[in-house]
Amino acid sequence: MAVTVKIPTQLRSVTGGEAEADVDAATTVGEVLDGLYDQYDGLRERIAEDGDLRRFVNVYVGGEDIRFLDGLETPVEDGDEVTILPAVAGG
Amino acid sequence: MGSIEALQCKECRASYPLEARFVCEHCFGPLEVSYDFSGLEAESTKRRIQAGPNTIWRYADFLPFERPPVTALAAGVTPLVRADRLAERLGIGEVWVKNDAANPTHSFKDRVVTVALAKARELGYEVVACASTGNLANAVAAHAAAAGLESYVFVPADLEEQKILATGIYGTNLVAVKGNYDDVNRLCTELSAERENWAFVNVNVRPYYAEGSKTLAYEIAEQLGFELPDRVVVPVASGSLFTKIARGFEEWLEVGLVKGELPTMNGAQAAGCSPVATAFEDDKDVCRPVKPETIAKSLAIGDPADGPYAVELARRTSGSVEAVGEQEIRDGIKLLAETSGIFTETAGGVTTAALAKLAREGEIGADERVVLTITGEGLKTLDAVRGSFETHEIEPAASAFAEEFGPAPAAKAAASGV
Repeated sequence: MAVTVKIPTQLRSVTGGEAEADVDAATTVGEVLDGLYDQYDGLRERIAEDGDLRRFVNVYVGGEDIRFLDGLETPVEDGDEVTILPAVAGG
Repeated sequence: MGSIEALQCKECRASYPLEARFVCEHCFGPLEVSYDFSGLEAESTKRRIQAGPNTIWRYADFLPFERPPVTALAAGVTPLVRADRLAERLGIGEVWVKNDAANPTHSFKDRVVTVALAKARELGYEVVACASTGNLANAVAAHAAAAGLESYVFVPADLEEQKILATGIYGTNLVAVKGNYDDVNRLCTELSAERENWAFVNVNVRPYYAEGSKTLAYEIAEQLGFELPDRVVVPVASGSLFTKIARGFEEWLEVGLVKGELPTMNGAQAAGCSPVATAFEDDKDVCRPVKPETIAKSLAIGDPADGPYAVELARRTSGSVEAVGEQEIRDGIKLLAETSGIFTETAGGVTTAALAKLAREGEIGADERVVLTITGEGLKTLDAVRGSFETHEIEPAASAFAEEFGPAPAAKAAASGV
């Protein structure tokens, strides 16, 4: 078991087209993302800046925006689904 | 015509071809249409506008098309009415109401949808969709019906009944999502990646869609005789309308169609969903999302896409983003109706209440020309005004009427007997 990350189309050029990735042994959203950055070169600078997420990147755990939880410190468990999405839609 | 250059990232300025995309792949910033207006000469542009159709296409020089598209259900050229009785009640000098309820589906969304669907067709899409708080759903369903396109509209399941009914009637695929607007928006962002043949008007074709809002600014300026107002009060949900109205004024300043400076821009939110007003108040450049709790459902976006730009605009123009309470919203609807004869929905109540607040706090100068943008129709949010006035129920008899309102004046009765 691992945490599954859903990757938006805008990032698939650095994941070799993969729409999902599994990350093992992560206990927080921040660790999940670090695991993802280790798997794919060039991913970190796309969505993160100075150790934080860029301002138009949304991350969800089980459909809930992590800003309503504990941000990058939000705990995750095996089997959780983490979704990365652009924040520039709607209205 | 102004030439359309590219899609450009508002954050890092990276450039992309003019296709259905909305996110910068380098930094995830929003994309926007960029133009080169250097070929537009003010006088001839003005003549072209004045000779144009009575729709938003009179401003085709400033919209993202090589030539004006033919659209089945056009929008725009709504009334700008001087509201002296409202100004008097508020104790300020000059107020104009831009009544965008006078559009085909009774909100400003007809402007953005007209542009989005024209672009969707140009790009070869046959299915259109949207994530909506109601007004957009009405507009997409209607414009798709008129254009013969298949449509899917996604709304929060707890939307006002009037907005559900006024959408379903057009024969769309109406999807009521069990969640709030931000849930609907997240779902549509995910679906837009899976449904490659769909044009989601406010997702993958959003950069074009948003351009339609600029036409509100052009109309205000043209209807004032090619002059800019001093202040504009605009409702803020995602912040797109607010920032695009300013962009419209800026473009006309650049081309020389108007002179002066950008008006003071005041945004208006409901206190029950005020992430942008809060960021403005706290001097932040990101908006912390909220879970909306307000009767102003058309403004209930807890995670506003253009929030940071709305805050920046308010600061840059010495404006503000105001937050008003639920009772103030109801009072705002009533105030506008009683003084101008315009019945607006809750979003207009928010905007009117924000203007009243600015007036009360002495923010508005005596010689200012203020424009209040009313973006939607009161008949769509009837619950908001239920119980706000008394009905006199009587028997069908003159005596019953007299009992309720008093006898007819004696003098008048005598005069009619002569």
